[in-house]
Amino acid sequence: MIRVVLPAHLKVLARIDGEVRLDVAGPVTPGSVLDALEDRYPVLRGTIRDHGTLRRRAFVRYYACERDLSHDPPDTPLPEPVAKGAEPFLIVGAMAGG
Amino acid sequence: MSGVRVLVGTRKGAFVLTSDGHREEWDISGPFFGGWEIYHMAGSPADPSRLYATQSSGWFGQLIQRSDDGGRTWRPVGNRFEYDGATGTHQWYDGTPHPWEFARVWHLEPSPADPDTVYAGAEDAAIFRSEDGGGTWEELPGLRRHGSASSWQPGAGGMCLHTIILDPSDARRMYVAISAAGAFRTDDGGDTWRPINRGLVSNGIPDPQAEVGHCVHRLALHPSRPEVLYMQKHWDVMRTDDAGESWHEISGDLPSDFGFPIAVHAHEPDTVYVVPIKSDSEHYPPDGRLRVYRSRTGGGDWEPLTKGLPQEHCYVNVLRDAMAVDSLDSCGVYFGTTGGQVYASADAGDSWAPIARDLPAVLSVEVQTLP
Repeated sequence: MIRVVLPAHLKVLARIDGEVRLDVAGPVTPGSVLDALEDRYPVLRGTIRDHGTLRRRAFVRYYACERDLSHDPPDTPLPEPVAKGAEPFLIVGAMAGG
Repeated sequence: MSGVRVLVGTRKGAFVLTSDGHREEWDISGPFFGGWEIYHMAGSPADPSRLYATQSSGWFGQLIQRSDDGGRTWRPVGNRFEYDGATGTHQWYDGTPHPWEFARVWHLEPSPADPDTVYAGAEDAAIFRSEDGGGTWEELPGLRRHGSASSWQPGAGGMCLHTIILDPSDARRMYVAISAAGAFRTDDGGDTWRPINRGLVSNGIPDPQAEVGHCVHRLALHPSRPEVLYMQKHWDVMRTDDAGESWHEISGDLPSDFGFPIAVHAHEPDTVYVVPIKSDSEHYPPDGRLRVYRSRTGGGDWEPLTKGLPQEHCYVNVLRDAMAVDSLDSCGVYFGTTGGQVYASADAGDSWAPIARDLPAVLSVEVQTLP
């Protein structure tokens, strides 16, 4: 079971309280976690990564285990504590003005 | 009794203001989509309960929201806006080629005949259409494939297609305006487009009378006379009497001919409203006095409308999509400011009162006249 924490705006959009818990088939990577997340909550498509290219949106960041994983290729395995559900995968709206 | 619904898009959410036909007491609901930019909301002329809103953020991109109950409840619909085929390039601010990139939807224009058909004007400039209530969107790529497109450049706010007018007398004719490319018209339902900028003079571009490159801020027409269009350009208020084949200036005695919105009285095709702004470098009203100017002669001669509007220390702006009219017997006129006020006049502009005072900066105001 993978734990995912979304930023406040996306929790409101997807009508989620608290963490999301996902079953992810195969390797646990940012790409596979986001695939599973968007399958369960299609409204999130396009809000975290682009529809077509699947590139991370510029002001979205991926953190886990006190590391910034935003620039890792999307098929990079996530840290073991995330894959085992001990630590959450954090999707964060970058701090920026406005 | 008939009523009015005012759809207000702001920097931090959407608001719906309602009143009966007297337009004296207002109910405000919202914010909807709090914290998101709502560039525009629009109601279907064919079904007033059907509303669309364009919701965006620099963080999480574009969403389109739809209401089927007049704005009480909303649900997100399709947000996939993809350019058709090879995107090509336009000019960047420094003159280099820049690939077309989708940023957001600035304007939504529902079909007068079908609640499920709605057009969307995008940044980078393109027009999209949905025929399934916003579920899916397809570009009308003929506009972006016009031969001049590689020379289009963004205005300061981005290269946005911000105005869409569907000709009420000819379903195949549409007008759009792009900052800073100019105005364009299609006569074949969007397959092909051509610039309609003859007569515009823009001193900020190398050839002031170029075919494209003009920073058109807003177009408006009256449905009874669709070949007459009014334009607020970056500088200059303009008019065409032949569907854009040629334009002439009607700025006349305005204190400044810079501004953003322009609107036409619901029952008087020669009565036009603008909000003069001091300059493109200041973006607030001349002399700190918020004045709507009205022409009853189709332009040229203008009168200031000040009753109920702040006449000192006022330094707000009124953006291009932030003025609208209702179609009650005594035409109502509405506009919103970057200071968060929404002003309304129930007597065609003779007097004004704020119907909301402290909203986030207003990006758009649209009005529905309800049966």
